[in-house]
Amino acid sequence: MSMINAIVAAVEQVTPLVKHFTFVKEDGSKLPPFSGGSHVVVSMDIGGRVHRNPYSLMGSPEATDAYHISVRKQENSRGGSVFMHEHVTVGMPIKITYPVNLFSLAKKGHKHILIAGGIGITPFMSQIADLNRLGADYEMHYAFRSPEHGAFVEQLKKSCSSRLHCYIDSQGEQLDFKALLGDQPLGTHVYVCGPSSMVTVVLETARNLGWPERHIHNEQFLSPPVGEPFNIQLAKSNIEIQVPADMSMLEAIEAAGVEADYLCRGGVCGRCELQVLETDGAILHNDHFLTDSEKVSCKKIMPCVSRANGKRLLLDL
Amino acid sequence: MASTFKKETFREDYTYSNSAEAIKRFPFPFPEDQYMYSVNIEPHVKGKVGSVCEFTFDVDEHYVAECLDKKITLEQDPGRYQALPHMMDAQWDFLELTMESLSQDYPQHFSLNKNGSVWTWENKPLGIKDTFTFGDSSTLAMEPFDYMGRQVQGDFVLLDHREETLFADAGIVTSQADWSLAFNVGMSWREWHGPVPRATELGVMDRALKHLLNLQFGSPVRRLNWTMTINPRLDTSPENYPQWGGDRNAVNADNVSDLVHLRVELQTLFRLPRSNAIMFSIRCYLINLKDLSTYSRWAKRLHRVQKTMHPDLIEYKGMTKFHPLVVDWLAKFDDGAALDVGTHAE
Repeated sequence: MSMINAIVAAVEQVTPLVKHFTFVKEDGSKLPPFSGGSHVVVSMDIGGRVHRNPYSLMGSPEATDAYHISVRKQENSRGGSVFMHEHVTVGMPIKITYPVNLFSLAKKGHKHILIAGGIGITPFMSQIADLNRLGADYEMHYAFRSPEHGAFVEQLKKSCSSRLHCYIDSQGEQLDFKALLGDQPLGTHVYVCGPSSMVTVVLETARNLGWPERHIHNEQFLSPPVGEPFNIQLAKSNIEIQVPADMSMLEAIEAAGVEADYLCRGGVCGRCELQVLETDGAILHNDHFLTDSEKVSCKKIMPCVSRANGKRLLLDL
Repeated sequence: MASTFKKETFREDYTYSNSAEAIKRFPFPFPEDQYMYSVNIEPHVKGKVGSVCEFTFDVDEHYVAECLDKKITLEQDPGRYQALPHMMDAQWDFLELTMESLSQDYPQHFSLNKNGSVWTWENKPLGIKDTFTFGDSSTLAMEPFDYMGRQVQGDFVLLDHREETLFADAGIVTSQADWSLAFNVGMSWREWHGPVPRATELGVMDRALKHLLNLQFGSPVRRLNWTMTINPRLDTSPENYPQWGGDRNAVNADNVSDLVHLRVELQTLFRLPRSNAIMFSIRCYLINLKDLSTYSRWAKRLHRVQKTMHPDLIEYKGMTKFHPLVVDWLAKFDDGAALDVGTHAE
């Protein structure tokens, strides 16, 4: 996979839990342009172990002197966000992938309803730049815990002006999803990014109101969950690998020196899909990619986020 | 890469021909003795010096004549260029990719100077020099995709990525192997691949789509496709069928090696950055059987491939009428000795 060699140009604490990072290219040239909603995967060397986390690009797609990401420090994290918060400093070299977009705007949409919860605001920052440039009709609905957690409100006020609607939980302000989605013209698309409870409510509300499936968009990157250690066998490479509790299958495969395909590393894109040849236990599917029937069939697994609990899991790799 | 461009035609008197150098670098598409439809996609990385994959876009000895033929076709039928309104970002992506690649790879022929968003483009072989504002269509004489689509050999389709599939929402198509842009514009992946025999049953199209939806910016891919065409004609469109369809009746045992051309398409796919669209380019290479048989290895291999071709594919590619003549003519080169895998000439 082609990577970009970047340098950390700035680090800024924007809320008690969120840090904002600015990356520039190592050789001083411009970074590639991208489309609103894109992310990059950042590689981190944590004690000799490579972590790769996806983060949305927040800047304007037109301003390619620098890339901007924001990272929320996760409690119970396996170390990626903690590393970004505690060890990444100005001047450090950092490797990132080329931008990938799994949360793109529907260009033929007549109106766009953007709904963000907390750090879920990040992919919308670049989408808003695109929507403004195209003169599109949109509304930005942004819910967060308390005033000090409202990262980027001032920036959003400037870019969205009257299109911005904020909901501050500590002040008793609630976003009424049914009222919002129940009163939109035909041809409207809705996009949601935030905590999984919020994403679920938006998806269910839209479906219950009869929104067409292709007008409902969401992005939820998953962190590989921590679990019990288990063993896997790779048929083509002819080796057995132990997957430790705090490592994903994909990371364990990479650490064993076997090359595996990947893109988002968050259970969304489907690129790392592996065929299961044999298994004697259950597969713990954690991804958003496989269909329910594919998950039941146990013929495929997404090693970036999913795990297993048997003694034998023979993969076609 | 050619430093001189030939004067030749792809219609009426058909003066098109390949130099010895062009024959040697022809992208022969058959690595094995049998042909079957497959995904056969590989990374579009730099190929050997002098090969058709040395650069992002191949500019060869036919460049000027091909651009002229494209211009004639577009004048006769402006519908060969179509772009739906939501594809404007993709149009600028296309202009940027082509201008940057050409000026970097062929500095003796093309130059691009940027002063902020004010760009100056010079194309010496075609005698074009324009200054315009990137992102502002009113500063170019035509839409950006139309403007640069005329200055690169081959056909281009811009695919919008939405609803988990790809839609052919813009195109500039003047050298197509019997398919119509006017008919396909706005269609989704499964709709426009519907007619390909045996591929749907094999699941080839679904696998290819899945692969393409994950295509990444900065990592383009390519594949070869092929058919056969009578005369070195680029515009074998359904719209102009009356002008070329009947040529198949003129093929006989005496003229088969002059008239029948192997038509190879170098197809490349690029993810475009601003629009998240995909650019699909189809570059056509033509060679008659006589020139192809310069290399006996190719003649032998082509004989075996054609002899074992499934009749559905022969019919789909429009070769039924003259196909036995091709096999007969090639037979004399085939001594039956085993050939190693690969497309090399010697």
